[in-house]
Amino acid sequence: MYVVIAGGGKVGWNLARELIGKGHEITLLENSRRRYLTIEEELEHAVQYGDASELWVLERAGIQRADLVIAVTGDDEDNLLICQIAREKYLCERIIARVNNPRNLQWFELLGIQPAVSATDLILRLIEHEVPSYGLVHLLDLPAEQLEIIEVEVAESAPAAGKAVEQVALPEGSLIISVLRGGKGFVPNAETVIEAGDEVLLVLDPGLEEAITEQFAPNGRSPE
Amino acid sequence: MLVVIVGAGRVGSTVARAALAAGHEVSVLDEDPLSHERLDEGQATSWEDAGGRFTVGHAIEVGALEEAGIQDADVFIASTDGDNTNLVIAQIAQRRFDVERVVVRVMDPARAGWYAEQGLHTICPTQAAIAEFKQVLDL
Repeated sequence: MYVVIAGGGKVGWNLARELIGKGHEITLLENSRRRYLTIEEELEHAVQYGDASELWVLERAGIQRADLVIAVTGDDEDNLLICQIAREKYLCERIIARVNNPRNLQWFELLGIQPAVSATDLILRLIEHEVPSYGLVHLLDLPAEQLEIIEVEVAESAPAAGKAVEQVALPEGSLIISVLRGGKGFVPNAETVIEAGDEVLLVLDPGLEEAITEQFAPNGRSPE
Repeated sequence: MLVVIVGAGRVGSTVARAALAAGHEVSVLDEDPLSHERLDEGQATSWEDAGGRFTVGHAIEVGALEEAGIQDADVFIASTDGDNTNLVIAQIAQRRFDVERVVVRVMDPARAGWYAEQGLHTICPTQAAIAEFKQVLDL
């Protein structure tokens, strides 16, 4: 596979090294002269000097034949533009963009740049998963399919606590798919009684989080 | 007509003053508070007294764009010193906020040309300079 990587920071350099180790052909683009010279000592011809948002730099790197373009500079606008140009001008089928500021994720979605990976966002999700007292945890988001899977711990005072699954007032577009109790998970049926302390997995349409929180963790969000 | 201008450099601030003088409502966004001085330059009254609006904030932050009034803008001008920033916020203005007229400055002729083909109204000062040099030198 031929991969063009824009941005020779820690992420870009390490990615290039790993991919070369796996036998892929790589061109890494770095626009700081000093940084380029440092990287060149190790990667030699696999790194090129230049601004990856300039078309001639991309063409010199052979973007027309790239199987994958990865934009991992420290600048979200640059990553957005590089991926947009790679896909729409050079018809590259696979792109991956790094999002530095998770608040910019919406612009990557707006311009159809996906997947867009945000380290900050990933770490935040891990933290939320480690600390279940935060209420509702996103386990899986499938924005294109309009579907998500969440996990929520049932609070003592929750309306759902002590009720059978069929009696829980679930919003339309949501379904309980699993219950974790005492370290064991099982798939509930209509008669299964939800207990306080259970961790419940639900699949739902986006936008129903609030209604779910009301049923299972009404005092949600804030840690105890 | 509300004109929102992002980037109050030489170009942005001069276009802002001209638009205000022509009787339009003008709102300027720049991340540098000092850029405000360019709007006051050579004017009898301050930018705000003359009826202009000024917001300090990052061009790509949705909160800053909304504070500057992008949702009500009839015209959106992207004139920061970054080509990529301009191209991104111009597309945000078009696609998210449905601004009717979007004009974007792009210094790089190659990118300006390609995005113009994609339907963006780009202005390329570099291309203008090249054309003028050619004319002067009779090339």
